[in-house]
Amino acid sequence: MEHKNNHIVGYGTYIFVWLTLVTLTALTVTVASFDLGGFSIVVALIIASVKALLVMLIFMHLKFDDKIFRIFVAVAFLTLMIFIVLTFSDYSFIR
Amino acid sequence: MNQIAETLASEHIHRDEVGAKIGMWLFLFTELILFGGMFLAYAVYRFSYRDYFALASKELDVFIGLINTLILLTSSLTMAMSITALRRGNKKLSLIFLSSTIIFALLFLVNKYFEWSAKFNHGLFPGSNDLLSLPRGEIIYFGLYYVMTGLHAVHVIIGMIILLFMLFYIKSNKVNQDYYIMLENSGLYWHLVDIIWIFLFPLFYLIH
Amino acid sequence: MTTLNVPINEGNGNHLDYLHSPKKYKGILNWILSTDHKKIGILYLISMLTFFSVGVFFGFLMRLELISPGKTIMEPQTYNQIFTLHGVIMIFLFIIPGLPAVFGNFFLPIMIGAKDVAFPRLNLFSWWLFITGGLVALISLFLPGGPADTGWTFYIPYSVRTSTNVIPALIGAFILGFSSILTGLNFITTIHRLRAPGMSWFKMPLFVWSLYATGWVQILATPIVGITLLLVAIERWFGVGIFDPSLGGDPILYQHLFWIYSHPAVYIMILPAMGVISEIIPVYARRTIFGYKFIAFSSLAIALFGSLVWAHHMFTVGMSDTAMWIFSLLTFLVAIPSAIKVFNWVSTLYKGSILLEPAMLFALSFIFNFTIGGFTGLMQGALALNIHIHDTSFIVAHFHYVMFGGTGFGIFAALHHWFPKMFGKMYNKKVAKLSWLFLFIGFQLLYFPLFIAGYLGMPRRYYDYLPEFHIWHFISTIGSWILITGLIIMFTNLIIALRKGAKAPANPWGGVTLEWSIQSPPTHENFEVIPVIENEPYDYSHFEEKEEIKN
Repeated sequence: MEHKNNHIVGYGTYIFVWLTLVTLTALTVTVASFDLGGFSIVVALIIASVKALLVMLIFMHLKFDDKIFRIFVAVAFLTLMIFIVLTFSDYSFIR
Repeated sequence: MNQIAETLASEHIHRDEVGAKIGMWLFLFTELILFGGMFLAYAVYRFSYRDYFALASKELDVFIGLINTLILLTSSLTMAMSITALRRGNKKLSLIFLSSTIIFALLFLVNKYFEWSAKFNHGLFPGSNDLLSLPRGEIIYFGLYYVMTGLHAVHVIIGMIILLFMLFYIKSNKVNQDYYIMLENSGLYWHLVDIIWIFLFPLFYLIH
Repeated sequence: MTTLNVPINEGNGNHLDYLHSPKKYKGILNWILSTDHKKIGILYLISMLTFFSVGVFFGFLMRLELISPGKTIMEPQTYNQIFTLHGVIMIFLFIIPGLPAVFGNFFLPIMIGAKDVAFPRLNLFSWWLFITGGLVALISLFLPGGPADTGWTFYIPYSVRTSTNVIPALIGAFILGFSSILTGLNFITTIHRLRAPGMSWFKMPLFVWSLYATGWVQILATPIVGITLLLVAIERWFGVGIFDPSLGGDPILYQHLFWIYSHPAVYIMILPAMGVISEIIPVYARRTIFGYKFIAFSSLAIALFGSLVWAHHMFTVGMSDTAMWIFSLLTFLVAIPSAIKVFNWVSTLYKGSILLEPAMLFALSFIFNFTIGGFTGLMQGALALNIHIHDTSFIVAHFHYVMFGGTGFGIFAALHHWFPKMFGKMYNKKVAKLSWLFLFIGFQLLYFPLFIAGYLGMPRRYYDYLPEFHIWHFISTIGSWILITGLIIMFTNLIIALRKGAKAPANPWGGVTLEWSIQSPPTHENFEVIPVIENEPYDYSHFEEKEEIKN
């Protein structure tokens, strides 16, 4: 864990990621104009998650940082997911 | 010899950059869970009031939301590039990128201000008679809308203040090519604000 | 080279301890602006014990009111406000910061061979948040309308309707939450970054492990209650529809969000106490801890499972059957890592050479009380029985056995174990043992009758009761007097020791963890030379060898 992170991400990578993010935003707005029923929220959340993942991996340097940071982030998101899933064990099955 | 090195290392505790980054990420988790609690509330209410949520979201202007999304994404880009510029030793370019991030943040807030005041002019503010006469599902939708975007806006303001400090620190060389962890951590905070908005946008603007 | 059995860091009187090291500021500023983790620990100790005294006083008044049916000393409304304040103070201002913020701050860096925590200024800031939060929560005492009467749980819809001052309590709890988060953040970073050379993860003392697990719960669960309480405050302020059913809100959702934090909070309270017990048992049994890795991992397991069981507080609110059995099952699972700890402590005692010093007496009573509190907790995890005892004084007895009989006694144990190290003074051991006797007997008399009364149907939080419950309440109130006598004896003894106590040696109890290898009280820098760790954390082989020689 001692080695310092010396990786400098170039401007090109950032601009490429930004273009992808803008494209995904356009995609999510376009998809929202179709009526997909219950799937529209699923698609919207999947696109949002991909965008968030891109921001975290590249902009927030998770891809280049020490492994411990990726483990930390996984733990945090997993905790949040568990909170949501367990709460819905109530709401989904209520009569 | 080894022990001297250890002692020296421990005297430079405040220069432990990995430690500072760990601390920052842990702090970001609390922000994440803070908003996570509200997202959980959103999920439960949308589950109960699906049709009302779709109806109420028609009141929001997708175009303003889209513009704000693009503004924040671009501000994230300039934020990241500002760090690269500083690490490559280009202080001037770093300052330009950082200033544009702050300007984008300001634009976001101006946009938000017009959006909110339009709602207020329509009588749709918390506790107003017009809002309370709506079905309960819509009252909850607007309750969540005001609280979640409001708290997000507070984070944008805090982020702006932090970035302003960084601007002065870089100018005065307190943050520089060799010691840039403060700028990096501020960047992490700013990207988190962006990530929250990435989820807020489709959940409030795109659900009809 | 420092090996643990040969403390070369021990002061020979030439080094100034942290209480007398050169000062930047004078008087009280020297304390409240200090970033020394030891001074911050003492600051927490003083402020926490002050709040504790207020909480005990309110508890005393409640018990006095309940000594006989009908009105005794106060009006029902006053009673409601007092039990709310008692809960808020004891939970947020005493038990949650009790062990991590006081003893964690003081001993965590020392135990891993560091000179301070990772972020000393943040550490001081979190103490300031603690004081601010505490004062904000208590300010309602002096506002027209009086303090909140909702109970510490602030259940919707009453908390958005009552005319009492709920908002100060909510904001206070929010600020206190952030104080707790920052402490956890600091500890986790410290443990990751500042361990001395050779201090690998499995050479860390178990108190450090428990603080690590606690830190994660503090960081990942506290924000949920922070935002929930903030939302209630916003709802009261602006009339935004979030939880209020008349605006379409869902009170059950509030309960989910509240308990998502507040159940893990129970583990924030108990885990560090378990860590303290794991420190104390080997020292006074003169034996290596049994099952080190099991205890270390069970801390993490408790933190994990403890975060998944919150809805067992809500079995009677009409959740789905699926949720009921999932949460019931998960509740039973928490018992496994808790039991692992108890078995390991008891196994450590086996063939040990037990010294019944005051700290050990408190630690053994922890095991006793925690076992009772834990088992009655399992009873409530059973869906059928839960309906019978829900919201009765059985619950009150259960969580006092865990919180006070467990964590409270854990704090007293820690206080007696580490007092000589913290202040460099010895207390009177006989008086300390006497205070333990009063506390232990008073505690059992105070809370055990509540199990019986609750099982027979005595509801909790009631101002009045049927005559058939009189005897149990009467015994309980007598118990509260004995308990308070014990507290007075204990604190008087410690305060006298501060002023007149004999000078404590570096290692009065024969401990082998790092804090006993430095002088009492420690120097400002803790270690003159950063130690290099070679031994296991609880290596008592040298004691066992000596025993053999004697034989």
